[in-house]
Amino acid sequence: MTILEARNLEVKRGGTTILHVPSLSIQQGEILSLIGPNGAGKTTLLQTLSYLLKPFEGEIFFKGEKVNSNHSIFDYRRKLALVFQEPLLFDTTVFENVASGLKIRGISRPEIRKRVMEHLERFGIGHLSRRSAKTLSGGEAQRTSLARAFAIQPEVFLLDEPFASLDPPSRESLIEDLEQILRQTRMTTLFATHDRLEALRLSDQIAVMNQGRIVQIGSPGEVMNHPVDEFVASFVGVETILTGKVIKKDGGTFVASVSGKEIEAVGEARFGEEVILCIRPENVVLSPPPSKEVTSARNVFPGKVERITSLGLYQKVQLNCGFPLVAYVTKHSMESLSLREEKIMMASFKATAIHVVRRKGR
Amino acid sequence: MDLILEGLKKAFWLLITFDPEVMSITFLSLQVSGSATLISLLIGISIGTTVALSNFPGKRIVVSLINTGMGLPPVVVGLFVTIFLWRNGPLGVLEILYTPTAMIIAQTVIATPIVMGITLAAIQQLPKKLRLQILALGATRLQMVWILIKEAKLPLLAAVMAGFGGVISEVGASIMVGGNIKGYSRVLTTATVMETSRGNFEIAIALGIILLLLAYFINLILTQIQQRERPR
Repeated sequence: MTILEARNLEVKRGGTTILHVPSLSIQQGEILSLIGPNGAGKTTLLQTLSYLLKPFEGEIFFKGEKVNSNHSIFDYRRKLALVFQEPLLFDTTVFENVASGLKIRGISRPEIRKRVMEHLERFGIGHLSRRSAKTLSGGEAQRTSLARAFAIQPEVFLLDEPFASLDPPSRESLIEDLEQILRQTRMTTLFATHDRLEALRLSDQIAVMNQGRIVQIGSPGEVMNHPVDEFVASFVGVETILTGKVIKKDGGTFVASVSGKEIEAVGEARFGEEVILCIRPENVVLSPPPSKEVTSARNVFPGKVERITSLGLYQKVQLNCGFPLVAYVTKHSMESLSLREEKIMMASFKATAIHVVRRKGR
Repeated sequence: MDLILEGLKKAFWLLITFDPEVMSITFLSLQVSGSATLISLLIGISIGTTVALSNFPGKRIVVSLINTGMGLPPVVVGLFVTIFLWRNGPLGVLEILYTPTAMIIAQTVIATPIVMGITLAAIQQLPKKLRLQILALGATRLQMVWILIKEAKLPLLAAVMAGFGGVISEVGASIMVGGNIKGYSRVLTTATVMETSRGNFEIAIALGIILLLLAYFINLILTQIQQRERPR
């Protein structure tokens, strides 16, 4: 079911269009990432969707109903929660901060207490409830901010780069907790980030934004492996991104089935779990078929060369091995391998060269 | 030296015996300046917040006018309030010149820009995104303003202190619009001026000490609140 839909959104500032989104819809329970560089319009889109940025043109529908009159804007906004990059806490205790959205809604004191305690525990900050918000570390403050938004029990959760200003350890632990909470609650989430690995890990759908527009939207695999243009390609990176299911595991390594092929990778994963495998093109070795030589590469696949593009110093070779695979080769090896399109080559890569992204609970 | 010593002795005596005249003067001072401060808080905080939160052409001019108003000379305020309340003046029909009410009006005119200017600065100092965050939490505009005022409570307490301090110690306007009438519109400052001019230094010193103590205790209480609220 479509929970949130935007049509012909346009925001102008000083005569220039800073956001133009002809259509965007978010399904109930879906996690949609907005990725793009700074200034791409992610924040503008989130703030426009929550009616915080006015004026704008276009229409927003919530569960099929158009949001327009002043009253319905207010009601609509109370169904959303927005978390910013900065924690923006109030100068009071952690408890009162998490309670603030509920107080604004006039919820009874005992009910507030119950919900606040529940969400403090959920974000692992129960022991901080009486602390003054001003004394918190960056990670604790952002957890408080997330708990404050979650305690409202919104129907749509909007996150504007909530991890961007955290140091790596607190960032990692917060992402892990948030991921679990989002999966458990099946919360419809719009998540703006400029970190593609975060997006890969959390989202069902990825929308790539540039210069106020959504240039591509689709599943992580689609966007990462079939970028529509140079911008998307350069932004989402050059790795081959494959989705697979763990079918075998053996202490420290596992085998994932990707489009019927078996790929071995190093890392922890549960049996039956869905994983994302990222393979950098410089780690893929091409050799003439049939490959008799024994190498330490655990993954060897025959593949047809589909396209060769020159990237200046080296060539980018796109292969079809039953799954898409990208390799880089130098001009020199191109000649010695007499590489050309349509030719069958053996592609190999080591199990340790695969970057594994785990998607919990899917 | 004797003069000061005698003055201090007499002052001490007047204080510990709760001299009725001194007490009534003190009480009136508190009443007039307290009322003026309260009214100026209502006007100053609401207008200061409104100006801080809205964008309109000429906002800078308004802000600089408010800031200039923070240093309004009491004598000038006294002059204009007197003209307004004069028998033939625009508000002459009210017949309140030379009453405590006139003094409250004059002191309110002095304290309001002080409270307004500090409020304006305090609200503008809050991060702009905080407003968006409050609205995103589902607040109405009124709830948002209330939360912002609570966020600015420490500087706002400073506004209370500055406003009260400004009017309790002010003499020019009070003497002009109140008339320093014995037992009716005589306050600590106007009485001190009068007793000094008469050479009754001991009473003047006593009144001066009371004025100082009063200012000190009021500010002590407010500072206590301010420091207690400060995050540990």
